[in-house]
Amino acid sequence: MLQNNDALSARQDWMRLLACGPLDVLESWALAPAVVHTQASLVWLRNPQTGLVMVRGRAGGTGDRFNLGEMTVTRCALRLPDGAHGVAYVQGRSHRKAELAALADALLQTPGARSAVVQGLIAPLRARADAEARTQRRKAQATRVEFFTLARGED
Amino acid sequence: MGACLDLSAIGPGFSDPDMASQAVFRRSLEALSRPGSLIEVDSDAAAPAGVGAAACALLLALPDQDTRLWLAPSFSEEAAAYFRFHTGCPITSVHGEADFALAGDVTELPLLQSFRSGSDEYPDHSATLIVEVPHLAIGSGWRIAGPGIRNEARLSVPALEKHFPAQWAANHKRFPRGIDVFLTCGALLCGLPRTIQLSED
Repeated sequence: MLQNNDALSARQDWMRLLACGPLDVLESWALAPAVVHTQASLVWLRNPQTGLVMVRGRAGGTGDRFNLGEMTVTRCALRLPDGAHGVAYVQGRSHRKAELAALADALLQTPGARSAVVQGLIAPLRARADAEARTQRRKAQATRVEFFTLARGED
Repeated sequence: MGACLDLSAIGPGFSDPDMASQAVFRRSLEALSRPGSLIEVDSDAAAPAGVGAAACALLLALPDQDTRLWLAPSFSEEAAAYFRFHTGCPITSVHGEADFALAGDVTELPLLQSFRSGSDEYPDHSATLIVEVPHLAIGSGWRIAGPGIRNEARLSVPALEKHFPAQWAANHKRFPRGIDVFLTCGALLCGLPRTIQLSED
């Protein structure tokens, strides 16, 4: 699919937030009548399915690729009646989370529905992710050790 | 990474991929073990334009990421994207390196000998060809005989009458090498394994 880089990175950004976000935030968003209505009319391209994905890493970002380990991933793909399609890959076995993440992905690509999803779901998810990152940084910062080299006065 | 797959034209695959694939696999075994019979394939997948229900079901059930699929040029990009998305199989434009091949228009069917036919040590490294034909019937037409057929059976495929029998004789002769063919017509399926002898009278 031809997409410009901005659209692509924006989509990557919200797909990351949706994949990392907790299910209860997605569930409370899904209670909105508009979302419930859309859910009833979606077409599955690929039903939610759970499998293992090999995560590969590269030491220092430059080394050879190695297999870091397997993780459980649930994926699905769906289409809305207006033709927009949504895809989700989320960690874990929750089919419901994959479904809601894909639904949000599809709505975020629908110009009319986008702003409501950004306000109702993406903004809270981002606030939460930022808060978690801050807490993490603060905790790490608290354990920081400064090393000093003391002059030994031998000269 | 490759370009994003365009999902906008892709229809749903099997609603229950595990059970449906196994059922279709079972049908394909039946078709190959009883070559003179027509077998109906149940499928709830939304086949891409120009691909019959049985051909679509076979191509959803059999290929995976380790097998290459070749589609005859008359099939659309959407058909290629559909099978790529649902099975993960790589699409190849060279029919000689394909593990699975689908042809619809008979004029686009390459010589049977030009597909992968395996080796004497590994006859399983051969291509499986699916040909979608407009008409398929048993009880008249070609005389076919071989394992799975008591005495002989008759198979009529008007679209393939011209060159197919001679090419098939050459394919049969190369046993254990050679390719296996599935003839499909809508939801109907007929297997033609390489062990089958086919004559025109």
